[in-house]
Amino acid sequence: MSRRRQPSENVDVCVVGAGPAGALVAARLAEQGYKVVVLDAGPRFNPEDRLKRQERALRPAYDRPAVWDGDPKRDAHTASGEWFYPLNHARVKGIGGSTLHWQGMVMRLHQDDFASASERGAGVDWPIEYEDLQPYYAEAEQELGVAGGMDNPYAPPREGPFPMAPFEPSYSDSLFAEACAELGIDMHSVPNARNSEPYDGRSECVAYGTCQPVCPSGAKYDATVHIERAESHGATVIDRAPVQRLDHGSESVEAAVYVTPEGERHRQKAEMFVVACGGVETPRLLLLSESEQYPNGLANSSGLVGKYFMDHLFAGTGGVLDEPTRQNHVGFLTSGSHQFYDDADEDVGPFKLEFFNYAGPSPVELALSGDDWGDDLLGRLGEEYGNHVAVGGLVEQLPREDSYIGLDREQTDSHGNPVPDVHWNVGERALQTIERANEVQERILRELGAEITWQAGPDSTGPAYHHMGTTRMGTNPAESVVDPTLQTHDLANCWLVGSSVFPTGGAMNPTLTIAALAVRAADSLAEAL
Amino acid sequence: MEQSQSDSSQPRSESSLSRSESSLSRRDALAALSALGMSATAGCGARAPQGGSDDEGGKENKRRMEVESTVQTYVAVAEVVYPTTLSGIETFVRSFIAARLDREERGTAMRDAVTELQTVADEWYDSSFESLAPETRDSLLRELGVDEADEDPDGTVSARVRFYVVNELLLALYSSPTGGELVGIENPQGHPGGTDTYQRGPSR
Ligand SMILES: Cc1cc2nc3c(=O)[nH]c(=O)nc-3n(C[C@H](O)[C@H](O)[C@H](O)COP(=O)(O)OP(=O)(O)OC[C@H]3O[C@@H](n4cnc5c(N)ncnc54)[C@H](O)[C@@H]3O)c2cc1C
Ligand code: SF4
Repeated sequence: MSRRRQPSENVDVCVVGAGPAGALVAARLAEQGYKVVVLDAGPRFNPEDRLKRQERALRPAYDRPAVWDGDPKRDAHTASGEWFYPLNHARVKGIGGSTLHWQGMVMRLHQDDFASASERGAGVDWPIEYEDLQPYYAEAEQELGVAGGMDNPYAPPREGPFPMAPFEPSYSDSLFAEACAELGIDMHSVPNARNSEPYDGRSECVAYGTCQPVCPSGAKYDATVHIERAESHGATVIDRAPVQRLDHGSESVEAAVYVTPEGERHRQKAEMFVVACGGVETPRLLLLSESEQYPNGLANSSGLVGKYFMDHLFAGTGGVLDEPTRQNHVGFLTSGSHQFYDDADEDVGPFKLEFFNYAGPSPVELALSGDDWGDDLLGRLGEEYGNHVAVGGLVEQLPREDSYIGLDREQTDSHGNPVPDVHWNVGERALQTIERANEVQERILRELGAEITWQAGPDSTGPAYHHMGTTRMGTNPAESVVDPTLQTHDLANCWLVGSSVFPTGGAMNPTLTIAALAVRAADSLAEAL
Repeated sequence: MEQSQSDSSQPRSESSLSRSESSLSRRDALAALSALGMSATAGCGARAPQGGSDDEGGKENKRRMEVESTVQTYVAVAEVVYPTTLSGIETFVRSFIAARLDREERGTAMRDAVTELQTVADEWYDSSFESLAPETRDSLLRELGVDEADEDPDGTVSARVRFYVVNELLLALYSSPTGGELVGIENPQGHPGGTDTYQRGPSR
């Protein structure tokens, strides 16, 4: 690590952002002998502090952003869309990026997700097909360490088994299994970027149960894995070095301008630049890099930088049974159903279902937030914990030009830059899909004999914290920002890696696809170098 | 809101209180240390006195007495905020609290919160907190507003006593297997109890 946060000389690739996208590109290129510098806006967290962060996760005095030292001034933002967007609950800044906080569910997109316009009559087609990405999905699963089973009849074609065996189903999965069998709904395992056995020098899962927002054991993958690998192959990683703008000529980026905690301003030059700041900060950095030549921002000759902001929406239904359901032992899922995913058409999008292992409150959290203690508290815990069940799910939102990331020039962050404005509009198809998902969820819970107590439906849904679409990939420079290799159409040495390049989002959590695209982009970069 | 839910839970019909008496073990103490972010070896108790001049010995003695008084107050609060069916409370509290108090900033803040509680006992009841009857300790904490306070490390006295004293103890208990088992979860959040328990059905 560069202690003084000085720029390096003769750098092949400068990667901006140390989440999984940037970390994977950095590791793959450093392994091949390229000279790589990674700059990240946030800090390098001490792995020894993870239990302290876990305590923050459990204690009501801390909100979620505080678990990973979120800083409201550094991370200021606005949300001017029809739907509020809680951005700082939806990301982490620092070495490892948002995977420090993530859940770690990792599914491949389905074949039809790459051809939404042609197959479903909605959205656009990707310029690549599932088959183009398939070998990279396999590599991404190795890189992250995925535990998964071959029992999902609805999954896209696979070339072989997952790197690790799946986690066994939970007790509550067995309750759902009976109800689903009655209804003809198939359940299957869920792939997890979480060790079901020791893998890649990291421990197996020991069931701390606080996966989101912190895994103290390191069993859950996070991108510090690839940052460490990049560093062991000679990469320089500089933390607390937010890039303010990309200095450029007409054809290429010349330097990433960053500031240090001491207030020094540096220019990191490089042959190639990779922007991997996530689906909000990547378009923001391009917009902030406006110049006389590019008054609308860098790589933005299409005018589409920041446009088509999408997230997945949450659909969920929960209730109580008159028997124990054994929730909250672990913080991840072991069963889901992708049976309805490919029914998607113009009116109803793809959705997947998830059978919760953490429905209802966790006793320790309840204990810290009541007005009672002693026997009264124990009585309340006995009443509130123990028999909850829930079925969740994610649904697709279509890309819309009026859903976008912009700059709010009225407000600035701690460095004086206009803050990102998350202008999030959702659209009818997503809401109809939530209704459809809710119907299936209700049927399952009724069959189970549950009394339904809550529902996240079209009026009460929220985002899944997947920022997609804001620098979309395509072959036509007038209709997209990057080409299928993730190189910007406008600048030959500038690459954008992350879910911002997704033309549509499907309804699968995005990070395995981000990782597959990152591995693929690293290959293209190596060819170009 | 990745896979979380915004439900407000309803009271349920059946209680899973399966046992009437539970006792805290060394395993629980180690578990509590892990949930509280301390390594198990750090839990070996307060440091042994160092040799040196009488003066230093005197200071060390005083320090030890202060620590002991703080620990006694924690035990006295635990006797109020832990369920009455629980036994082994003093050993449990002693096994993790010394290591918690040893930490620089956090330990000082914990000791300060306890001192404030002791001062209140002294002013209101002319007695040390731990010599008060358990019912009086309970009502003192309530009169101080600790029951209704939201924990806050930088808040009012009640919010700080809630954060550094009451919730410190509740977190240790309910993230330990015995605390969890009282409500039917032998591997509660914060405890690394392995990946078997989530697969098991209820023990009836
Ligand atoms: C609570 C939660 C749960 C999630 N669960 C899942 C899940 O189960 N499955 C799944 O697939 N996905 C999940 N995600 C999403 C997943 O975390 C993201 O898709 C993934 O981390 C994105 O990777 P990235 O590298 O593109 O961006 P990030 O991980 O967000 O990393 C971007 C990095 O760039 C840095 N950066 C930003 N701006 C600058 C700048 N100007 N200069 C320098 N550095 C900068 C940031 O500090 C950050 O470290 C979840 C997210 C959250 C918040
Ligand atoms: S359940 Fe497993 S993955 Fe989750 S926090 Fe615990 S050890 Fe980590």
